[in-house]
Amino acid sequence: MDTESTYSGYSYYSGRSRGSHRHGERSRDHHHQQHHHHHKSRSKDSRSEKSVTINTPPAEPLLGDSAHHGEQFQDDNWGETTTAVTGTSEHSLSQEDIVRITKDLEDSVGLNCRRYLTLSLAVVLGLLVFLTPLAFLVIPHLLWPDKLQSCGTACEGLFISVAFKLLILLLAVWALFFRTPKASLPRVFVFRALLSVLVLLFVLSYWLFYGVRIIDTQDQNYQGIVQYAVSLVDALLFIHYLAIVLLELRQLQPCFSMCVTRSTDGETRHYNLGQLSIQRAALAILQHYYCDFPVHNPALLSASKSRAAKHLAGLKVYNVDGELAAPPAEGPGNNAGAGMAQSQSRAMIAAAARRRDTSHNELYYEEAELERRVRKRKARLVVAVEEAFTHVKRLQEEEQRRAPGEVMDPREAAQAIFPSMARALQKYLRTTKQQHCHSMESIQQHLAFCITNNMTPKAFLESYLAPGPTLQYSRDHWLARQWTLVSEDSLTSGLKDGAIFLLKCVDFSLVVTCRRIPYIQLAEEYIDPKSHKFVLRLQSETSV
Amino acid sequence: MNHNDTLNHSPGQPLTAVVERIEIKKLHQGDNLIMGFSIGGGIDQDPAQNPFSQDKCDKGIYVTRITAKGPAELAGLMMGDKILQVNGWDMTMVTHDRARKRLTKKKEDVVRLLVTRKSLEDAVKKSMGPYQK
Repeated sequence: MDTESTYSGYSYYSGRSRGSHRHGERSRDHHHQQHHHHHKSRSKDSRSEKSVTINTPPAEPLLGDSAHHGEQFQDDNWGETTTAVTGTSEHSLSQEDIVRITKDLEDSVGLNCRRYLTLSLAVVLGLLVFLTPLAFLVIPHLLWPDKLQSCGTACEGLFISVAFKLLILLLAVWALFFRTPKASLPRVFVFRALLSVLVLLFVLSYWLFYGVRIIDTQDQNYQGIVQYAVSLVDALLFIHYLAIVLLELRQLQPCFSMCVTRSTDGETRHYNLGQLSIQRAALAILQHYYCDFPVHNPALLSASKSRAAKHLAGLKVYNVDGELAAPPAEGPGNNAGAGMAQSQSRAMIAAAARRRDTSHNELYYEEAELERRVRKRKARLVVAVEEAFTHVKRLQEEEQRRAPGEVMDPREAAQAIFPSMARALQKYLRTTKQQHCHSMESIQQHLAFCITNNMTPKAFLESYLAPGPTLQYSRDHWLARQWTLVSEDSLTSGLKDGAIFLLKCVDFSLVVTCRRIPYIQLAEEYIDPKSHKFVLRLQSETSV
Repeated sequence: MNHNDTLNHSPGQPLTAVVERIEIKKLHQGDNLIMGFSIGGGIDQDPAQNPFSQDKCDKGIYVTRITAKGPAELAGLMMGDKILQVNGWDMTMVTHDRARKRLTKKKEDVVRLLVTRKSLEDAVKKSMGPYQK
């Protein structure tokens, strides 16, 4: 699975969407700078990238203990989840937006230093690697030109080979490492770090040997020196092969099946991944998330929240016996209070179970009513759209000469027929609670697009009838941009069977469970083609 | 010899059975002589599909249907009976066609069957009481 090349064509602008907060040049991913490359200066604004940042909060436990630890550490997401639970008004949405922006600001400042450091290291390493063979060839001519043997035919042949191998190495490095960064990961990419260390050690050892054996002794055999440079370039090509195997090939074979569940509405998908570290696996999963998961719609959750609120609001517990409830302040004195709280909650649960609850009845009828309404609106919508589409016809070439008066371009045609279907569409979107995902502008754009491409009304309606994947909507409606990876295991450790980690964003989280694909033992059984023989088994009945 | 062996008897083994003698007079119906029942089973048939046998390996001849008010019913033949002999000829190890032929001989007006059924065995067992071997 070639995860790295799919996004190189996208042109997401990084600067404008966040206003002044985002620094314009999120241009290089830190892990593609650790390895050697010949740094070409590119304009950073034309870089296309996707702004997904995965940050780990410090020492956050995964499950269960958040009740105890809630006071101890500053959970950035805690404030937003409480706001989301209590209301879905415009007010709460803007609150989340503000928090998102401030978090983004904090993160971008912290990461840029790291990014520039790794970028500079990579540049240094790259220059070192590419200039070393040339230096090996040039230094003898500079330091002891008179003592040097002249370069014969074989030696000049080696020059050509050095040149071409360096060119191939350059192209290979460009292909492997000069790709637009897709993400910034919290921990260092272990394989890249190891490879860059390996390259550095290798080049340094060559320099050491060169310095001691050639410069000090002022070796006259120029052909030997050229062969030494050629061997260096060969070895660098082999290291590049190692890089390909470690970075690209190793994770191609699927080893693990990841089950990804969205915490708010239970959408689940399964993906097969190879042997990856947890952070890389999280990155792969997030890329799949944007393509596969239907867009998160907080309006759909309001019904269950209101039901939950009704369950809690129904009962109140009063203390009739007159015992004083101890304030839940300090530890030892808290036992009585904790006991009280426990018994209170148990009493509430028991009473709720005994109470004749008719909420299931309401739910059933409510859902049936909603379904009926949706179908009615959908029928009206389909009819309106079909009627609107009949008014628009593509003008043929011959007719174009005849009727220049009323010729319209797709945009105008869309604007002309839009009003007849606008009301039906708006009502439908309101009923299915999708109205915030689609703006008038986007609907008209989509209509113009459908008209241009000769699409039928059904094709036009497809994007409104069912929620599509997150990528189909404009960035403002994603509600999922800044991700936090929460894991009990170290992020650079590999995936293991039974590993669980969380990908949190502001409104919801993705729970990821990992399962190993089992070892398959395949046995052979040979069937002789002549062994296919059959008999008839009858049970006849005869009357006598 | 176990009394319970009758209905799940494997061909070739000695057999002890509690039998009932049934004498059926054939009825003339047009050109045919009929007795008013149907048989199933035989050594060339699939014993697993026999609904009346105790042991699904029993390849004997069983009575599968009885016409109402026919000669067989009047004579006392019941559905599910296993036919052991027809006019002295053995029926425990015959093919289906041979069994049919033995029953439909045009020269014989009367067939005397030896049939067995589970209820006969049970009756005998009950009457023997605590003195069973």
